[in-house]
Amino acid sequence: MTPDEEKLVRARQKSRAIVTAVLLAALVVLFYAITIAKISSSHAI
Amino acid sequence: MTTLTFAHAHSQVHWPAHWRDFVALTKPRVMTLVVFTGLCGLLAAPGAIHPVLAFTAILSIALGAGAAAALNQWYEADIDARMKRTANRPLPAGRMDRQSALHFGVGLSFFSVLLLGMATNWFAAAVLAVSILFYVLVYTIWLKPRTPQNIVIGGAAGAFPPVIGWAAVTGDVSALPVALFMLIFFWTPPHFWALALFVRPDYAAAGIPMLPVVSGEVATRRQIWLYTAIMAVAALAPVLLNLTGLVYGTVALIGTAVFAVLAFQVYRNHELDPARMRPERRLFKYSILYLFILFGAIVADRWMLA
Repeated sequence: MTPDEEKLVRARQKSRAIVTAVLLAALVVLFYAITIAKISSSHAI
Repeated sequence: MTTLTFAHAHSQVHWPAHWRDFVALTKPRVMTLVVFTGLCGLLAAPGAIHPVLAFTAILSIALGAGAAAALNQWYEADIDARMKRTANRPLPAGRMDRQSALHFGVGLSFFSVLLLGMATNWFAAAVLAVSILFYVLVYTIWLKPRTPQNIVIGGAAGAFPPVIGWAAVTGDVSALPVALFMLIFFWTPPHFWALALFVRPDYAAAGIPMLPVVSGEVATRRQIWLYTAIMAVAALAPVLLNLTGLVYGTVALIGTAVFAVLAFQVYRNHELDPARMRPERRLFKYSILYLFILFGAIVADRWMLA
């Protein structure tokens, strides 16, 4: 692998890592919201 | 500026795929209709659902559809490479290795089903699981390479979203979601065969036994007309069975009449050159709009009745 190719692969890995981090953060928020929604729904019953 | 040259689909790809290619693997454009019909099934259902759980249900349907699309492309990478329309997808273009697509598809399938089950109910999750398995195993692997009736039976996979949306709210299935299922089921053949007529050379080159390839243009146009008649019955069934009111009835009547006129123009067309098949292109484009309009009308109607 040439230095230029390696640089490009690293950039791609970095962008994938950032997207994965964003998705994980979004999932944390989603699961928190689901939990709250479930609790409030069960209280409503 | 450096450009990476990727190997062809048949050889090994060693570069990590770009995250955009994983998104492309889920066929986001096709997903629009799936999400919309699923949302309409959810909104038309009686009863209430917390907005967060409703959002999660639609997200699960979208992820499930994306997972099925990824597995479809994993299995059909070689076929896609032979068709102009699909040759630039991540796998045939060599931007992703097949194993990544398989892992992504399987992982997303499990995740979408578990998410739906935990957020709403396990009946809706089971229907989602069945729809993914049906699309991958029955349509992609079994029917598509074997019979020109592939999309008739395989179309059932695309008919599940409104049923899943409905089940997410109610936990069961009644007459209206079944009617919506039948509408998409009988809409799929004229929609897909209109496309198949003007991309026939692609399917022929890939060795896919689509109806225009196996039986020719005349037979396909006749079948489009026949299935349009059956679809018309399915489209009007909700109002005839008193499941919806006149708002949907009026929209369905006018919308289906326009569909029938366009399908009749296809039936009367004798053009063999795909580049000049204007009625077929018109019917294909309108068929997408038609489904959006009818499902929108179902929701409007149900809300007015409520």
